[in-house]
Amino acid sequence: MAITPLQDPPISKRLAKNIKRNFIERIIEIILLFAALAATFITLGIVYILVTEASGFFREVSVIEFLTSRQWSPLFEDAHYGILPLVSGTLTTSFVALMIAIPIGTIAAIYLSEFASHKTRESVKPILELLVGVPTVVFGYFTLLFVTPLLQKLNPDLPTFNMLGAGIVMGVMIIPYIASVAEDAMKAVPMHMREGSYAMGATKFQTAIRVVTPAATSGIIAAYILGISRAVGETMVVAIAAGQQPSFTFNPLEGAATITAYIVQVAMGDLPHGSLGYQSIFAAGMVLFLLTFLFNILGHMARKRFAERY
Amino acid sequence: MVKDKMDSEFSLIKPKTLNEVRAMIRKHKRNDFIFSSIGLLTIIFALLTLLILFVDLVMDGYPKLNYEFFTDFPSRRAAHAGILSAWVGSSLIMLVTFITAVPMGVAAGVYLEEYAPKNWFTDIIEINVTNLSGVPSIIYGLLALGLFVYTFHLGQTIVTAGLTLGLLMLPIVIVSTREAIRSIPIAIREAAYAVGATKWQVVLHHVIQYSFGGILTGIIIGMARALGETAPIITVGALTFIAFLPPAPISSSAPFISFEWLQSGFTVLPIQMFSWLSRPEHAFHINAAAAGVVIILLTLLMNSTAIWLRYRIRKNIKW
Repeated sequence: MAITPLQDPPISKRLAKNIKRNFIERIIEIILLFAALAATFITLGIVYILVTEASGFFREVSVIEFLTSRQWSPLFEDAHYGILPLVSGTLTTSFVALMIAIPIGTIAAIYLSEFASHKTRESVKPILELLVGVPTVVFGYFTLLFVTPLLQKLNPDLPTFNMLGAGIVMGVMIIPYIASVAEDAMKAVPMHMREGSYAMGATKFQTAIRVVTPAATSGIIAAYILGISRAVGETMVVAIAAGQQPSFTFNPLEGAATITAYIVQVAMGDLPHGSLGYQSIFAAGMVLFLLTFLFNILGHMARKRFAERY
Repeated sequence: MVKDKMDSEFSLIKPKTLNEVRAMIRKHKRNDFIFSSIGLLTIIFALLTLLILFVDLVMDGYPKLNYEFFTDFPSRRAAHAGILSAWVGSSLIMLVTFITAVPMGVAAGVYLEEYAPKNWFTDIIEINVTNLSGVPSIIYGLLALGLFVYTFHLGQTIVTAGLTLGLLMLPIVIVSTREAIRSIPIAIREAAYAVGATKWQVVLHHVIQYSFGGILTGIIIGMARALGETAPIITVGALTFIAFLPPAPISSSAPFISFEWLQSGFTVLPIQMFSWLSRPEHAFHINAAAAGVVIILLTLLMNSTAIWLRYRIRKNIKW
């Protein structure tokens, strides 16, 4: 019994030759590709706009003055263009925020990942997610009308607009973020590492500190770095409560403008398109973009390391 | 040499009496208990602080939360000021944002998961998406100011603000679409291919259908974020005092649908709150608190819907 050869080619081959069908498939793929490219266009757009507008700024102002002068007063008669005061304001508020958010966020993450019962964790995690979603303008309200008056009771010399209050609230705002990213990193540590530790007679605390935390270090560092990036880019809290006056100081008890607060302040006014003051917000924005870009890349690298580990 | 080192290491382990061992265990158990209490207290403290802040906000804003607050325009007199133009502005902008970000974000997510070849080109797109989700929102505002307002001459209008927030929301939609698609087992796709479906048929009839819940979760979270976003809208030039409504999108006479509202000036809820907050008079701070309550309720409602949705999906689907 010889096998007779098929008369027609199999259906799959006939479909492969269906020109209309293949044409539509290609078109759809190209449309989808363009949608994916949008992300690249946005990044290019950001870089393009920042560079072109800031280059107008740097035609008038030397880069050396921009990076070294300790005065920032582009809107005054006696104009100075030193970014340092804005950077110092940004770093001071971020520092205060991190002093609050890193310890509390880390403890909360360790507790949730290693100690909390399943029920506690399942009820706290969604709350953390909800808190990450609270609009920042609301936190600005808390700073100005609740936290600062409270701090003024402790220290009557504190000005109404100060970096301490803004930093503290920003810290509280970032806690859920750091806690949930760090908790994810700890949860990713495989169970058998913990079991090995318990088998040697270690307690939960010893296991958490000496086994889980070291194994999750890169993920925890990623959480910190992403937290820093958020603090640096945070706008409304500092625009509302940290002050509008750029001054070169690292003292959180004073008020000072941050990079973001300056951009908001200028944008609220009505500067003509193309003026030096208008271009100055793009120069400030470029510094902010580079700062956060640096932190994001570092955080991404740290995160990638912990993902590949096991 | 080696033997010496080993000796010294072994000498660290001294024989212990039973009592010493018991004391050690007690000490470690105490440490466990202490840390566990510190952890719990820290979380309770942090949540309590936030609760106090929210209660304070609600108590400040409560007297103002009446019907008129939603139907009044902003006013120079705090008692008569309301959020009518703000919530109308927010809704219209959300509409533009949704139309911009959702189709594009889902398409991009589908491309990256289902179509993209593994090469440097795809890597560049992926790095871009990751990086964009970390860019501060005010930078998007600067992009929109330079690009939409002054290069494309769209002006300081609803369409500009909607597009800006659309760009901001795009990475969120892309990431959640990808996660939702990734959780669908390969067997589903193979089954569809086996009966002769093309790639697009597989994607449209199976992949997108089954990951719909996950995609929806991402869309809601993204919309909630866009709703509360203030900084980029300030940069593109939201007005803080708007005592008119944009032209209605639907009219009773032909051609029934008008797009004039896209060209209208606008304000949104967070901007309205910000502008009241910037005033020195206490009466306006009460208005700000009331607006804050409205914003928080809306975002909490949206985010909790999304979380509940995701929880249900996880529970129900067993592949």
